[in-house]
Amino acid sequence: MSRMMLRQMRRNQKGVITAVKQGGELGRRIRDMGLVPGTEITVQGRAPLYDPVALRVMGSVLSLRNNEADFIEVEVQP
Amino acid sequence: MTVEFKIALAGNPNSGKTTLFNALTGSRQHVGNYPGVTVEKKEGIYRLEDKKINIVDLPGTYSLTAYSEEEVVARDFLIFEKPQVIVNIVDAANLERNLYLTTQFFELGIPVVIALNMIDAARDRGIEIKEDRLAEYLGVPVVPIIARSGYGTQKLMEETVRQAAQKKEWRPKPISYGEDIDSTLLDLEEKIIRGNFLTDTYPGRWVAIKYLENDQQIMDRGRKENAALSAELEKEVEAVSRHLLETMETYPEAMVADHRYGYIKGILQKGVISHKYDKDRLYTSDRIDKVLTNRFLGPLFMGLVLFGLYTFTFNYSELPVAWLEILFDHLAQLADSMLPDGQLKSLIVSGIIDGVGGVLGFVPLIMFMFFGIAILEDSGYLARVAFMLDRIFRIFGLNGSSVMAYILSGGIAGGCAVPGVMATRTLRSPKERMATLLTAPFMNCGAKLPVLALFIGAFFSENKAQYMFFFTILSWLVALMLAKLLRVTVLKGESTPFVLELPPYRFPTLKGLFIHTWEKTWQYIKKAGTVILGISIIIWAMMTYPGLPGSEKEKFAMQRQEVEAAHPAMIVAGSNMAISGAEAAERDRLLAAIDRAEANSTLRYSVAGRVGTALERVSFLAGFDWRTNIALIGGVAAKEVILSTLGTAYSLGSGNQEESGSLAKTLAADPAWNPIKGLSVLLFISYYAPCFVTVICISREAGSWKWGAFSMIFNTLFAFLLATLVFQIGSLLC
Repeated sequence: MSRMMLRQMRRNQKGVITAVKQGGELGRRIRDMGLVPGTEITVQGRAPLYDPVALRVMGSVLSLRNNEADFIEVEVQP
Repeated sequence: MTVEFKIALAGNPNSGKTTLFNALTGSRQHVGNYPGVTVEKKEGIYRLEDKKINIVDLPGTYSLTAYSEEEVVARDFLIFEKPQVIVNIVDAANLERNLYLTTQFFELGIPVVIALNMIDAARDRGIEIKEDRLAEYLGVPVVPIIARSGYGTQKLMEETVRQAAQKKEWRPKPISYGEDIDSTLLDLEEKIIRGNFLTDTYPGRWVAIKYLENDQQIMDRGRKENAALSAELEKEVEAVSRHLLETMETYPEAMVADHRYGYIKGILQKGVISHKYDKDRLYTSDRIDKVLTNRFLGPLFMGLVLFGLYTFTFNYSELPVAWLEILFDHLAQLADSMLPDGQLKSLIVSGIIDGVGGVLGFVPLIMFMFFGIAILEDSGYLARVAFMLDRIFRIFGLNGSSVMAYILSGGIAGGCAVPGVMATRTLRSPKERMATLLTAPFMNCGAKLPVLALFIGAFFSENKAQYMFFFTILSWLVALMLAKLLRVTVLKGESTPFVLELPPYRFPTLKGLFIHTWEKTWQYIKKAGTVILGISIIIWAMMTYPGLPGSEKEKFAMQRQEVEAAHPAMIVAGSNMAISGAEAAERDRLLAAIDRAEANSTLRYSVAGRVGTALERVSFLAGFDWRTNIALIGGVAAKEVILSTLGTAYSLGSGNQEESGSLAKTLAADPAWNPIKGLSVLLFISYYAPCFVTVICISREAGSWKWGAFSMIFNTLFAFLLATLVFQIGSLLC
């Protein structure tokens, strides 16, 4: 088990969110979409220019810009 | 006697809310706007036996914060209009995330009925939900439905009416947010209630939560109501914020959100939901995405789809547009033959029928465009387009959803800015949306194309296609650059977070597509139609009044008589002696020349002519003479007018587009024109003020006439600057 930021995750890699290190509007929007500590996520893929990233979260797919993914800390399986 | 109920329909985007609203209310809908904002307000009626249920469709939101207009509108509606019940539609396959909004209704205390939607799709994914348990733990009724087929909707409304009839008090549900927050909350709530602080409008505990969440709207209202108490509350929130940051590296609002999810998880874990399959199983939708958002195939397919939408909109609407044109031509002819010659006839034919006809002529185009977009949106593909293109558009301060507006406006030459501007509704972030709708008119719309073709033909003849392509690319560059410029000046601000849901692919329902298409088309007809009528009359008047003075008119009448005397018409009653063909043609030619000369003098003498002449004092900088100026002024009404006015001004009779070949020759031969002047005019036409229909649409979509005026002034200034630069530098070099 190791911790990393969401941006560093590889395609199809799974992990559990440990922290969302951002307040304000961005933090709120991230949380509103279900990205809170304890949520399991899988990196589903990336857009043709590697940004944004598509995540599988509780049965739905969300897209997030890399600079937004920078605030999300994830514990990943090796 | 009928009993009336007022209920609100709320839910996340993509939860099937609109489908349910359409299924319930059918065509009995009314679309308006919430006062002061551009958020659409849809109302409809559902009848259940002798009961009339008024349903308000709240904007689809994930939350009830103060960050987006939609969310503020939704919660203000709930608080100030107090619907008896809120029907909260949730996607059964996505329960955990959808219930997040529900917890915020619980915090308000408003009576809720949950419509558990798409239970069929959830079952296909192996998700089984025990609705009775869910209802028990949440403490509100839960009705399973399938909005697309209408299954369960009657039961849902029966339950809603039953709840509404009980006239329940609003009772906020106390959700725990963890020890630190809870104790602060109790403290704040006590102070709020003791001070009777905003409690006439909001529940006390709710105000306390909003203070903890740092909610600007509520805090502003609080400061106005009681600045001292507000400051005291803020100080307390600050203390707990500092404590949380030090001990747990988190924020109060994050704690609140985490515990809302915790509350939901707690309920779902009590045997409410069961998964038959592995949670990581790929669904059909994910498999489609593997291809459609693939690094190589994705952009290729997207290009095909966008090109297809474009072809569909502009090619298939050609025929109905032509029918409408024929209809208006007939109307004009009818009016022409029935009314006596004079000002009234001119007003009705040239002013009203041409003007309104020009607007209504767009209707088929608008309908096809909205139908196409509705398919892309309802199927879920539009979200993928935004996903794939976001990175590029972000460079220019826009986001991935902007591409649609650009393409429809003429990004592939030949669009129309009206549907383009209207298509910006799919953009969720206000600043990016404004920048997109203000720059979309820089694209080469279908009406500019013949004008561009004329100038290219006249001055750069050889490679028309290459030049056209060049000007299309140039339009993209100009639009993107100016978008960037707007985003660092008048529309300054951080880019809005782009957390976007990629909903599963679905087949759109025909009913939904038709309702979407019709309601948007009707809005266009109603609003643009009424305003444009007035503007057409003004433009007509400007180009007609004041008429030539009597003495001038007499001069032309005398010239006519001279011609008629020199070439007498020999069709005398009883005589079958015909004039020779050549002679008749010569006579007609001379008479027509006089008509044109008179039209030319009339134009110069009119208000528009005088304005055109007056503008020469400035416009000489870019090389425009008074005739060009009139054409350009006319072009503000509609770009098509540029050619016909130039034609009139250069004495080429009606100046139909078919005759532009001859206009091109005239311009090319005219010593007053040269390629540099041609290029300068061409660039000006490409980028100056959008046509009136577009300006009206911009004003409507931006929510203020100021933006309409802004686009006219800003675009014209920019275009003039560019034209002047090209003309001056070009003239120096040559």
